[in-house]
Amino acid sequence: MASPPDDRGRFGAYGGRYVPETLMPAVAELEEAFAAAWADPAFRAELDELLRVYVGRPTPLTPARRLGERVGAEVYLKREDLCHTGAHKINNALGQVLLARRMGKRRIIAETGAGQHGVATATAAALFGLPCEVYMGTEDMRRQALNVFRMRLLGAEVRPVDAGSGTLKDATSEAIRDWVTNVEDTHYVIGSVVGPHPYPYLVRELQSVIGREARAQVLRAAGRLPDVAMACVGGGSNAIGLFAGFVDDPEVALVGVEAAGHGLASGKHAASLSAGRPGVLHGSYSYLLQDDDGQVEIAHSISAGLDYPGVGPEHAALKDAGRALYVSATDEAALAAMRLLAETEGIIPALESAHAVAALGEVLADRGPATIVVVCISGRGDKDMETVAAISAQPVPV
Amino acid sequence: MNRLERRLRDLRDRGGKAFAPYLMLGDPDLDASVALARDLAASGADAIEIGVPFSDPLADGPVIQAAGHRALSGGFRVEQAFAALGRLRAETEVPLLLMVYHTTVLQRPRFVEEAAAAGAAGLLVPDQPREESADLAARCRQAGMDLIPFVAPTSTDARIAAAAAEGGGFIYGISLTGVTGARAALSSRVPDLVRRVRARCDLPLLVGFGISGPEQAVAAAAQCDGVIVGSAIVAAHHEGGRERALASAASIRAALPRGT
Repeated sequence: MASPPDDRGRFGAYGGRYVPETLMPAVAELEEAFAAAWADPAFRAELDELLRVYVGRPTPLTPARRLGERVGAEVYLKREDLCHTGAHKINNALGQVLLARRMGKRRIIAETGAGQHGVATATAAALFGLPCEVYMGTEDMRRQALNVFRMRLLGAEVRPVDAGSGTLKDATSEAIRDWVTNVEDTHYVIGSVVGPHPYPYLVRELQSVIGREARAQVLRAAGRLPDVAMACVGGGSNAIGLFAGFVDDPEVALVGVEAAGHGLASGKHAASLSAGRPGVLHGSYSYLLQDDDGQVEIAHSISAGLDYPGVGPEHAALKDAGRALYVSATDEAALAAMRLLAETEGIIPALESAHAVAALGEVLADRGPATIVVVCISGRGDKDMETVAAISAQPVPV
Repeated sequence: MNRLERRLRDLRDRGGKAFAPYLMLGDPDLDASVALARDLAASGADAIEIGVPFSDPLADGPVIQAAGHRALSGGFRVEQAFAALGRLRAETEVPLLLMVYHTTVLQRPRFVEEAAAAGAAGLLVPDQPREESADLAARCRQAGMDLIPFVAPTSTDARIAAAAAEGGGFIYGISLTGVTGARAALSSRVPDLVRRVRARCDLPLLVGFGISGPEQAVAAAAQCDGVIVGSAIVAAHHEGGRERALASAASIRAALPRGT
């Protein structure tokens, strides 16, 4: 199993708690409450049961034979796109809403980028009858209009955030400001392995079900561990969840794929680990896109879920330790990969997940056809159809 | 004891209440913000809090967020803060404090030393709780500056005691759970917070967040040693220029006792 952070909430040098004093008692309370819940067999049993009968877990590990022929490897897809609500985000949201109920919190807030985490949180809040407000950047509301509609249908209030770039970074800041204000009765369901301790650890634990299942499934299907386990990385929750199952197996290479946007050289990308430096954003110390003064730069990705200038602190530690490798894929490559997976396997991935598929070529360049790769398909692509259709109306070089 | 704390204790001993206005450096440009700080100092402020613009200020409400973005859009660079401090320090004895987010300090290895050399009396880092402060506190001490501790209505008694034991200069009491910005009324949580701080230390206690006008300032200061006013002054400066900001500050200063 992946290790917990140290008692200061650090993975190596990264993580910590850079939040206003007002929130410190709340993060301490959350840390204690999560530790108690996670050690409580009754809590785990209730969550496991919900994951089974409500989310639809375990999700399949699908052998991707035609894709495998194209890329020259034995490829397995971990199908988080088949989770209820269409992405891995529900694993975390459901766990956190259960925890919030156990803590006696009466109100749920969340931030969302692509809208998948917002939908997942709205869903879990509806299931438990708790009021839910979701902060979302106005730019993201525009490009993920379908998810805005879904959240509203689920009874959540969607709060537009116009500040900054109107994307995930700004929505997260606004959600934290709400939490500072309403900290005593509100639980903030953060959507990725970011934020102050204990969030990066808590979210990883809730997402590690991906890796646990994938490890057992690939052993059953292929008879051995994979050579590579890979996933896309924005904040990095589906990747950290997948990695958790394999991090103690040194023979398994872990690969995270960041969004290279228009290309790393263009400066318009979201590749914090590949092209950023350590700094503090949203309560934790990790790699960050920033200028020389530490002003946070605006990320760019065609995929709203990866459009974030920071990254989870455990990824920063895995990178520095050399345990995981981080590469990147451009907008264009992700679009091509979405099409490739659709045409070869009949699976339309989210644009986020398409980044992981897009990096297969680079990752397999020095490996033979007997290579076994597990790729996490973190979500399904329905939400992206309008974005893709708008782009496809213009000539897209493939 | 550094000069900031001496000054605030002396004011308290004389029965006065401290007034510490906040402004955003570089809003709308560097010269205008330095001129505002100079005039605030000359018109009876007991300390000036100088905000260093940051792109993602988690503890700030819309008024201060917007001021920071105006400063950054105007091309503000952090290195300009030290020259600005130096200019101010040459003109005033009023203690100058820098309000700066943690990552800004982190990206500039000698930030603390440069701030001290330019004449800052203290630093306020609103997103750095004491658990993350040990290194910075030591560097500030070394440089002869105070790292001002924050306490909030949600702080436990143990956290207040620790802040009191480690802090210097004064204790910054956050009046409410929330971000900076004017509110209709003074937070009802001030009396309990003040009582809990007072039971644990006699450092000067200044209360801020949500205090925007003379009535709220008087009501808050009656319970502690002084007030910090930020968003109201930043908004007045943005809407009506230096004159309006100074008028806003003067109305608050005039309402607070100066002591004998």
